[in-house]
Amino acid sequence: MFENEYIIIVLGMSLVTYLPRCIPLLALARRNLPNWLVEGLDLTPVAILSALLLPLLVTTGEPRHIELFRPELLVAIPTLLFALKTKSLSGTVILGMLLFWGASKVM
Amino acid sequence: MSTMADKDGANTRSEIMQGLIAAWPICLGYIPLGLAFGVIAQKAGLYPLEIGFMSLLVFAGSSQFIAVSMLASGAGAASIIFATFTVNLRHFLMSSSLALHLGSVRKRILPLFAYGVTDESFAVNLSKFKSGDWDIRRGFVVNHAANITWIASTVIGGYCGQFIPAKAFGIDYALIAMFIGLLVFQFKGRKYVMTAGIAGAMAIVLSLILPGNLYVVLASIMAATLGVLLTKRVK
Repeated sequence: MFENEYIIIVLGMSLVTYLPRCIPLLALARRNLPNWLVEGLDLTPVAILSALLLPLLVTTGEPRHIELFRPELLVAIPTLLFALKTKSLSGTVILGMLLFWGASKVM
Repeated sequence: MSTMADKDGANTRSEIMQGLIAAWPICLGYIPLGLAFGVIAQKAGLYPLEIGFMSLLVFAGSSQFIAVSMLASGAGAASIIFATFTVNLRHFLMSSSLALHLGSVRKRILPLFAYGVTDESFAVNLSKFKSGDWDIRRGFVVNHAANITWIASTVIGGYCGQFIPAKAFGIDYALIAMFIGLLVFQFKGRKYVMTAGIAGAMAIVLSLILPGNLYVVLASIMAATLGVLLTKRVK
């Protein structure tokens, strides 16, 4: 257990994961940033969320390909409408899980 | 008689509660993922303690899955570390956005906060920061509740994951549903909806072309840039 190479791998992984998490916080917090950067960073979260989410809904497999008729996408539509209507995150999560559970039994 | 210490204690308790309430969808989603990771890592020859060591130090789900499958296929340290770097580079953007809301925080706390920045904690904390009424203490509760859940469920998966049904109650949809909710809550004006549309479309196309998940970084940067340019044009 805990061979040297495994320890080196994990330490290396932790370093290259940690630095991109830390450097922007130290570099950008408490600083007056130019307007365009503030506007860009204001739009970045919605862009990241959408870029993370949409491929999960409409692509699958290795190599990745588009597949639309999947429970992931079908369940997402009522879940999204529910989120728009209620603004409740916990309700959205519970509804999504239950619908997906049901859909995966049917499909 | 109510002392200052009592008041502080009550405040801290309510901060922890608020953090935990915000964190529960993350924790719920991490349990099946963590168990699945533990099972796969154990099959790749890792002991539960080694699994916990990786989860504690790296704390980044998708890169851990990739690292373990590379380990199992006999890849060397350098290629595993490089793959991890490319997969986790997206956190750079998330920390940059979070930095906008951490202007009043003492600088030496930031390195500890950085440890807990994941897709999920970023999404929850950022929407909380934007709605006001949130601070780094509550943010820490979210980060570390997620962190503890991840470490524990990966280690448990390493011991006995194969006996636990991973798909019960649709639990494997928890994180997707959370992302749907958090995305929708960001729609506070046309420019946000437009940027989300551009980012999503670009991400789908790029995900088909590029290996790994570099498409997240590229699509987000391009969409945010286009969003800024287009809103300038409209004004």
